[in-house]
Amino acid sequence: MRTTTAGRESTAEFDSASASALMLILVLVGLIALAPSVTNAQSTATTTQNSGVTSPEEEEPPVMDNQIFGHILFDQLEGRTNGPDNEFRWDGEGWIGTDMNKLWFKSEGFAEHGVATDGDTEALYDRPIPYLRYFDFQAGVRYDLDSNPGMTWGAVGIEGLAPYFFEFAPTFYFSDRGRFAGKVTGWYDLLLTNRLIMQPEFEVNFYNTNDPSRGIGSGLSDLDTGVRIRYEISRKFAPYIGFAYTQTFGETARFTREEGGIVNDPRFIFGTRVWY
Amino acid sequence: MPRTKFGVGGCEHKPALTLVAQSRLEVRLTSFDTISDGLLSASRGSRDRVSRGITRRRFVQGVLAGGVIASLDLSRLPALAQKTASGPPLLSGNSFDLVVEQTPVNFTGRPSVATAVNGFVPGPILRMREGDTVTISVANHLPVDTSIHWHGFRIPSDMDGVPGLSFAGIARNETFVYRFPVKQHGTYWYHSHSRFQEQTGLYGGIIIDPQVEDPIEYDREYVILLSDWTDEDPEAVFSNLKQQSDYYNYHQRTVGTFFSDVRKEGLRATISDRLMWGRMNMNPTDILDVSGATYTYLINGQPPAANWTALFQPRERVRLRFINGSSMTIFDVRIPGLPMTVVQTDGNDIEPVIVDEFRISVAETYDVIVQPPDASAFTIFAQSEDRTGYARATLTPRRGLTAPVPPMDPRPLLTMVDMGLGNMSGMAMGDRPRMKMEAKPPSTPSAVGTVNARRDGYGEVPFPQPSPNTTRPSVPAIAGKPTPPKPITLREGPQVDNVAMRPTERLAEPGNGLDDNGRRVLTYADLRARYRGTDLRPPNREIELHLTGNMERFIWGFNGEKFSSAEPIRLKLGERVRIILVNDTMMEHPIHLHGLWSELENGNGEWRPYKHTINVKPGERLSYLVSADTPGKWAYHCHLLYHMEAGMFRTVIVS
Repeated sequence: MRTTTAGRESTAEFDSASASALMLILVLVGLIALAPSVTNAQSTATTTQNSGVTSPEEEEPPVMDNQIFGHILFDQLEGRTNGPDNEFRWDGEGWIGTDMNKLWFKSEGFAEHGVATDGDTEALYDRPIPYLRYFDFQAGVRYDLDSNPGMTWGAVGIEGLAPYFFEFAPTFYFSDRGRFAGKVTGWYDLLLTNRLIMQPEFEVNFYNTNDPSRGIGSGLSDLDTGVRIRYEISRKFAPYIGFAYTQTFGETARFTREEGGIVNDPRFIFGTRVWY
Repeated sequence: MPRTKFGVGGCEHKPALTLVAQSRLEVRLTSFDTISDGLLSASRGSRDRVSRGITRRRFVQGVLAGGVIASLDLSRLPALAQKTASGPPLLSGNSFDLVVEQTPVNFTGRPSVATAVNGFVPGPILRMREGDTVTISVANHLPVDTSIHWHGFRIPSDMDGVPGLSFAGIARNETFVYRFPVKQHGTYWYHSHSRFQEQTGLYGGIIIDPQVEDPIEYDREYVILLSDWTDEDPEAVFSNLKQQSDYYNYHQRTVGTFFSDVRKEGLRATISDRLMWGRMNMNPTDILDVSGATYTYLINGQPPAANWTALFQPRERVRLRFINGSSMTIFDVRIPGLPMTVVQTDGNDIEPVIVDEFRISVAETYDVIVQPPDASAFTIFAQSEDRTGYARATLTPRRGLTAPVPPMDPRPLLTMVDMGLGNMSGMAMGDRPRMKMEAKPPSTPSAVGTVNARRDGYGEVPFPQPSPNTTRPSVPAIAGKPTPPKPITLREGPQVDNVAMRPTERLAEPGNGLDDNGRRVLTYADLRARYRGTDLRPPNREIELHLTGNMERFIWGFNGEKFSSAEPIRLKLGERVRIILVNDTMMEHPIHLHGLWSELENGNGEWRPYKHTINVKPGERLSYLVSADTPGKWAYHCHLLYHMEAGMFRTVIVS
């Protein structure tokens, strides 16, 4: 967990121009990528028109296999407590698109007393990687959005199912100020029964330079790991309990201590996993 | 003695032998109470040994009087004397008026809305006669487009009923009149080819009486139409599968099954098995994509608790015309205590085979003769291949008498053979006693022709369905060996999660979950046509197609391509092709070619069975012959509805 740095003087300005530019690029990439499938569907419609015995302009192809689907999953929507201190944690992702072209959104963060203390949001173009069965390539932008000074990154990563059903998503981030960062997340669903599912999960963050404004030190910065046991009342609604452990390292740990934060922070968690 | 009686919902009728002159639709209906049978069966319902919550049990078993609950608009259908809760009515003749409309139904205890024909789910049984030209007008009272496809019919392609290929579909408030000559006989069915209307109830049985006397002798007959019903919106089912492909699989392997396997197989074997499947990211419990977690299985529109019932007199020969009108469910059918003689599949007579059980894949039909020896009742039991539920009906000499419902068999698990890794254990298939494997391997035909092939002139006369008095059209022979198939090179990728390394010949296997169950189970190798084929030419060309998919992503196709990115398959009018299918996926796929027969090469030479839908097992390689004798654009697809909509579809153009 990156520590709370609320009230620290802002040293890094949020460059809104660069953020807008990146967003624009992302949207364009998405549109370009989605275009072939749309054209595809249209050309199929055109070719089948010739066979029509009645009004051909209403004709659609016999199957519509480039349909756009959407998905929103909040994997973590939970309260974390260590007794005296409580915090709220969210971690969700969503996508919209076809089999081969999707727009992904990811968001995660912590909130305390109604204030987002650490959050980032990503918008990514997603496409399956050729010759890999279960991995997607993702590229887009990440924006660190919380009570700290904002920070915009370009993002490139992969996400998918590694052998042995291990979900794995490493992402590389870069900013126009020469900063680099990395995030690796992974999780695994262990079926205790078909509805009672244990999910160990981890996330680690790396940075190449210090960013005191966000309380981040270079090198391995922080680890968030946990085990949750959920009960799937339905696939889309599963309350859970669990245990989370966060730790900050190196310079980040020093910033955390200066802030009066906790470097090694074990907590009990309870929450709900929902999707639609 | 009248040789045929037709009973709908347990009520027998005189045979309609003077159908030719009949021009008006005729409705034959029944009046009896399924309710009483249903009440009796309520206690049977609790025999379901899968422990579930009460809600779910009711869902699986359905409600006592399932089906159509709407009051019918009798003024619109003057011949419709009364409504029935016991299955669809029978319409016969050569002119039919059908209305497609939304109808309130209740199969599960929860009211829902179905897509019905003339107010019924399934729609009315259509009985027509070979040699007639039939006129079927279909009025669309839905808020969306609709269509009806005549499954297995050999008719002009513009009558085939596939929107986007044969016609533009039937717009709302419009009526489309199908008119075509009937040049075949047997048991068939019809269904919508528009999006998911088939899932929501638009299907029904068809009987075509032969022009000559039916060589199959029976005293009484029933249509047994199997289907799957969900209260969910099919669009939501599809979306759920796209988001999480194992959404409906609640029988995956768990920590608990790990330990029970350790006790049975030993720790080492269990771990290596789990690692093998894990390395592939494959799931051996992935049998059917949509399960009893959402489906209630129906026979003639009745859930198990309502217990559709058919009557017989002891020692009568009863013909049961099984049709699998499901969207996604492959059934294993048996009648405990009563052997079945299979006499027909997909409308074509076969040499009778006596079995205890048969697997019926989606869209297939099987006609069986049963002869109950005495005045006891029998249960028609159709369990889904993944054993998550069953459809059930009763054959009984008197109303109210029922038979026990057997427990479902153990759930099958996929094996390495299903993965296309061949018979690693070296278990030869030849040790199966009932096998007839004089079949030549598909790709090494001994095609010999004497007359030079002529490219023109074929196809003016479509080849007739084999029958006792078949006259074969004379066509030039085809010389030489067939052009070998274009080699298919497939690599794993987003659309292909597996390529079968060693696909095997599996026609003599009964299928997953049916091995060594102590019963005589029908296999594809048992199907020997009763009459010689009508096109005896060897093929002039071979086409190889791989059935491919990515189960995790729920993407399906042929040769690693979905419909939208693939070119049509072009056949020359009059040519004879061998289609070789290799199933690279771990699921069974019922592959249906519209408009043309698929003659399965199962080792019976010129007595190869004619089919319209061929079920391909996981890891299997099989072949069939096709005479491209009817021009047009034909649909060619996996008949699992959500696989088709996901892209497992091709256009076949015969020109």
